[in-house]
Amino acid sequence: MKLNRRTFFKVAGAAGAVALSPARKASASTAAPSLDASRRGVLVDTTKCIGCRACEAACAETNRLPGATMLDDAAAFAAPRRTDTVTLTVVNKAAVAEPARFVKRQCMHCVEPACASACLVRALDKTPTGPVVYHKDRCLGCRYCMVACPFDVPKYEYESALPYVKKCTFCADRQAKGEAPACTSVCPSGALTFGLRNELLDTARERLYAKDSRYVRHIFGEEEVGGTSWMYITDIPFEKLGMPTGLGTYAYSSLTQASLAAVPFVLTLWPPLLMGIYTFSKRRNALDAHAGEPREEADHV
Amino acid sequence: MSSPTTVPAAPARNWATEKLFLGMPFGDYLRSLATPGNFIAGLIMAVGIPLIAYRFIYGLGASTNLSQTNPWGIWIGFDMLSGVALAAGGYTLATSVYIFGLEKYHPVVRPAVLTGFLGYLFAVLGLMADLGRPWNLPVPIFFSWGGPSIMFEVAWCVCLYLSVLAMEFLPPVFEWLGWPKARLWAVRMTIGLTVFGVMLSTLHQSSLGGLFLMAPTKLHPLWYSPFIPAYFFISSIAAGISMVIVESALSHRAFQNRIDHSVDIDGIALGLARGASIVLFAYFFVKLQGVADGGRWSLLFTPYGYWFLVEMLGFILLPSMLFAYGARHGRVTLVRWTAAWTVLGIIVNRLNVSVIAMNWNVPERYVPSFMEVMVSLTLITIGVSTFRWIVNRMPVLKELPEYRDSASH
Repeated sequence: MKLNRRTFFKVAGAAGAVALSPARKASASTAAPSLDASRRGVLVDTTKCIGCRACEAACAETNRLPGATMLDDAAAFAAPRRTDTVTLTVVNKAAVAEPARFVKRQCMHCVEPACASACLVRALDKTPTGPVVYHKDRCLGCRYCMVACPFDVPKYEYESALPYVKKCTFCADRQAKGEAPACTSVCPSGALTFGLRNELLDTARERLYAKDSRYVRHIFGEEEVGGTSWMYITDIPFEKLGMPTGLGTYAYSSLTQASLAAVPFVLTLWPPLLMGIYTFSKRRNALDAHAGEPREEADHV
Repeated sequence: MSSPTTVPAAPARNWATEKLFLGMPFGDYLRSLATPGNFIAGLIMAVGIPLIAYRFIYGLGASTNLSQTNPWGIWIGFDMLSGVALAAGGYTLATSVYIFGLEKYHPVVRPAVLTGFLGYLFAVLGLMADLGRPWNLPVPIFFSWGGPSIMFEVAWCVCLYLSVLAMEFLPPVFEWLGWPKARLWAVRMTIGLTVFGVMLSTLHQSSLGGLFLMAPTKLHPLWYSPFIPAYFFISSIAAGISMVIVESALSHRAFQNRIDHSVDIDGIALGLARGASIVLFAYFFVKLQGVADGGRWSLLFTPYGYWFLVEMLGFILLPSMLFAYGARHGRVTLVRWTAAWTVLGIIVNRLNVSVIAMNWNVPERYVPSFMEVMVSLTLITIGVSTFRWIVNRMPVLKELPEYRDSASH
């Protein structure tokens, strides 16, 4: 085969078409700044939680899942539990004797969710007002969201032959109707406050920096993994609550940016380089054949 | 294109006898299949294929040891990650011969491309078993594009590259069918396909490593690195070369009547060993750079650190040295065993990243179930059987004399 101009343009053109395709445009949905004023969140004040587990019951009811509502308190608080496919939120007891502290766990609804940027079909998708929702009809079941999520939130229906991912939806459907999420609407103690994320941050700071405040001066979720919709304040160390540490304050979607940014370069630089080498090596082999002495491969390496 | 089988009865039988039954009457052909190798392969498939059906009927929970903590097992770590890395011989050899013009390696391009094609095909089949809803595979291609996802890049590249490999293998298929015009048309695509194949391979070989960039808190820091896409890409070259050395050695034993005895297969192995040695040496230092860059030296003296050193010294530096020694002193047997060792080392690396060093700080460990191992074994067996079926019929290991001078491919 001869490398002529037409062949070159055919290869280069195909490469360019791929490089310029709009596939990467979708990143806008996960890269929106966290300053969006309409973004909702929940402030979890663990000093106010009484461990009544009404939120668990409300969650099970609204999602029609049996889950952990079957457990009595003794069983529920015996050891830290994790969410599963039929229990989208759990309340755990902290590993400290006094004072008794409880912590509700569920999807954090990250500002820039790792799961959504991991998902190859946008089955997991960040909505502008906060909830990370799951479009189950698109899901392939690759479970990369589970690998990517730093909070181990997405759970898989392994027992089913037609499995889906299960996780808290932040009651996106209720929020769309102007209602609060089921769990926050039943909380009797004021431990869960649903509202605008920016205002909740102000509320949290007021409590943290009030006179005689016993709070740990940190809002978990303000900056963790680039910020989360669910934020926690407490008066005992966050590790004692079982919150993950060492997560970093960067959005996980930023971890793959360099790798993805290299794609257009691979697509545009490889073809001319390889075609150039091809032209060179073809000429070299032709000259060698002409000279009548077959050339040794680069044996000197 | 319509197959020649559609022409009337008598030629059809001849065609089938000649093309499919190796020139034997059907009864003789069936009897010729009764070999110990086929018996073992049949036994594995007889167990494995029902297990694949079982997985689809009863789900992943019933067939695998996957869990909420460990969502990826050996169907990803072995079938997909290792399978794709070991199938890299296709693009490595095609580039060496068609782009770099290293004609010496021409005799091993076709088997390398075939190994690559089957490697990808069975990696994708393994992936189908692993995916919860594999029938949704067209979704990322046609219906919903998750642009910022590394997995999206992998899906597209693997899909395209599987097609590229299939097209790269068309010339021997057309030679087998006796369609010279179609063959010429397929041969003309060689350079374009090779270049496209290098682009796609660069992207997805590295992206398979890039998948783990999203797991900084889960993958052990000695394996986690911002350079992990580079590790996967560089090691895929060594994996591909080593696989070609192993495969050509095995083919020359197994297909005595199919090979071209004039080909200097030892010289090819020694030349490839030289390349593999250099690539592994570079790979070793790039990996070392990752340790230095992350300030991870102290972690080397922990249990995971010792295992990391086994990989670094035993599976990367050692084979690099042995390849260099073997190539320099013409020790072909040493080179072949080193290639097999390197193949094992690449599998160890992929399993380290995806399974062994994954969730290292969590007590819940993953060990594959019997069914997972059996399904992987079955896919390999079907892959090897397909390779044998094709090599026994199509001009893969040997050029047909009538095509020898018509074109360089």
